[in-house]
Amino acid sequence: MKLNITEIRKDFPILERETRKGVRVVYLDSTATSQKPLQVIEAMNDYYRRSNANIHRGVHTLAEEATSMYEGAREKIARFINAASAREIIYTRNTTESINLVAYSWARANLKAGDLVVLTEMEHHSNLVPWHMLQMERGIELDFIPVTQDGLLELETYKSLLDRRPKLVSFTHMSNVLGTINPAAEIIRLGHEAGAIVLVDGAQSVPHLQVDIQALDADFYAFSAHKMCGPTGIGILYGKTALLDSMPPFLGGGDMIKEVKLRSFRANTLPHKFEAGTPAIAEAIGFGAAVDYLTGIGMDKIAAHEHEITEYALERLEEIPGVKLFGPSADKKGGVAAFTLEGVHPHDVAQILDQDGIAVRAGHHCAQPLHEKFGIPATSRASFYLYNTKDEVDILVNGLYKVKEMFG
Amino acid sequence: MDDLYREIIIEHYKNPSYRGKLDPHDISFADNNPLCGDHIQIDLRVDDHQVVTEARFDGHGCAISQASADLLIESIIGKPLEEVKKLNKEYILELLGIDLGPVRLKCALLSLKVLKAGVYGLGEASDELVE
Repeated sequence: MKLNITEIRKDFPILERETRKGVRVVYLDSTATSQKPLQVIEAMNDYYRRSNANIHRGVHTLAEEATSMYEGAREKIARFINAASAREIIYTRNTTESINLVAYSWARANLKAGDLVVLTEMEHHSNLVPWHMLQMERGIELDFIPVTQDGLLELETYKSLLDRRPKLVSFTHMSNVLGTINPAAEIIRLGHEAGAIVLVDGAQSVPHLQVDIQALDADFYAFSAHKMCGPTGIGILYGKTALLDSMPPFLGGGDMIKEVKLRSFRANTLPHKFEAGTPAIAEAIGFGAAVDYLTGIGMDKIAAHEHEITEYALERLEEIPGVKLFGPSADKKGGVAAFTLEGVHPHDVAQILDQDGIAVRAGHHCAQPLHEKFGIPATSRASFYLYNTKDEVDILVNGLYKVKEMFG
Repeated sequence: MDDLYREIIIEHYKNPSYRGKLDPHDISFADNNPLCGDHIQIDLRVDDHQVVTEARFDGHGCAISQASADLLIESIIGKPLEEVKKLNKEYILELLGIDLGPVRLKCALLSLKVLKAGVYGLGEASDELVE
């Protein structure tokens, strides 16, 4: 059974809006943030209209409702990635904060000067800068799995990096620029064999692929709601129970404690130990609704649809003289097409496409070192999700011909 | 929109009159727009009265940033540095003859920021310089 895109698009009222008179939006920027279906918007709306209260400790009806909705969402998210327990699901603000949580709590307790952390050349800044900061503070060493011209990781080099016994391997499951889907299970297995802890940036993978966290065997896994039909302001750090239990708390304050004396505290149990202060309650509930929405449609169907669109888009884009695509072929990547158009800066490409309602992103997409590797300052990036159609790809291609004409 | 890519902008982008470097120079400064990686370097020569006698820009970036640099350089030759210091956002928008949203404004203003940081002898091309 294929996706019924006409029905799906009805769930996303924003896709009907016009960005100028008579021009309907063509949203090809889901890699930056996805659109939100009515089911998510209404779940958050309903919470604020009916059940808003602070969670935990309250005994009144509203507080109990809010708590069970908030914790219920955690259970849904745990099931969505097949975590062994909801206690392994830590709410954060986003993927960036999840990675920083590992850098501040686990890494500062476990890494010392000279210890090696292995990253890759295709990382988003969120999986580079926290480690740069730790390098400055601690003197840890960083090394990188290189990216081939085809946009794949050089696994042979990875194996030789593992001979240096890194303490941590941290990599992206799916590149936000190249779209490359990395062989996560293999990278994790090899890392474990060398004795490393493995952290995965799943910001792009969880929204688009069926992720089974126990099958992958990742130690830490980070992702965000807003790229998977949920709201901004909420993300997840998954961690194995034993690891999370051994780690010192991250932020201090209410909710993360079991007991506080004037001069001391005892930390709460998982997952609350890492969740200080009033959290993003409505956002967590919206996240739960997003997971329900995606599950209801079926992640396998979503992935198949995206693959079809991506294959078509790469084919059509390749036809345009002057277009250069980055990343591997459609069978090795998710729904991302990063490209340059000869003689036109990506910023200008994006601006002219906007005239036809087409929303693409232009810049280095928070992956400046990757762009340097390919010798370009920036790319334009079109990305696809469950609500995109082949017609929209055609509008993009026509738009690019207009850009060429203007700069011709 | 078509306004945004007025012929004058496309023309200055494709065939800039003042692209290049000056060696020797009296003032030289370069900086980036971190949002899109645009890069601009500006070199100036000034005479004994602190009047700009020659100027060039170099770098890479979008049509808006490069065209505004070319137009800006063209307009400051013959101007005293004291006058250059007073140039602001409105000046650039007048040169371009268009109105810009907040994101593209940063592209348009990069050259003026670099120019003023160089003239003032600052280490960084900050936003305050053009407000």
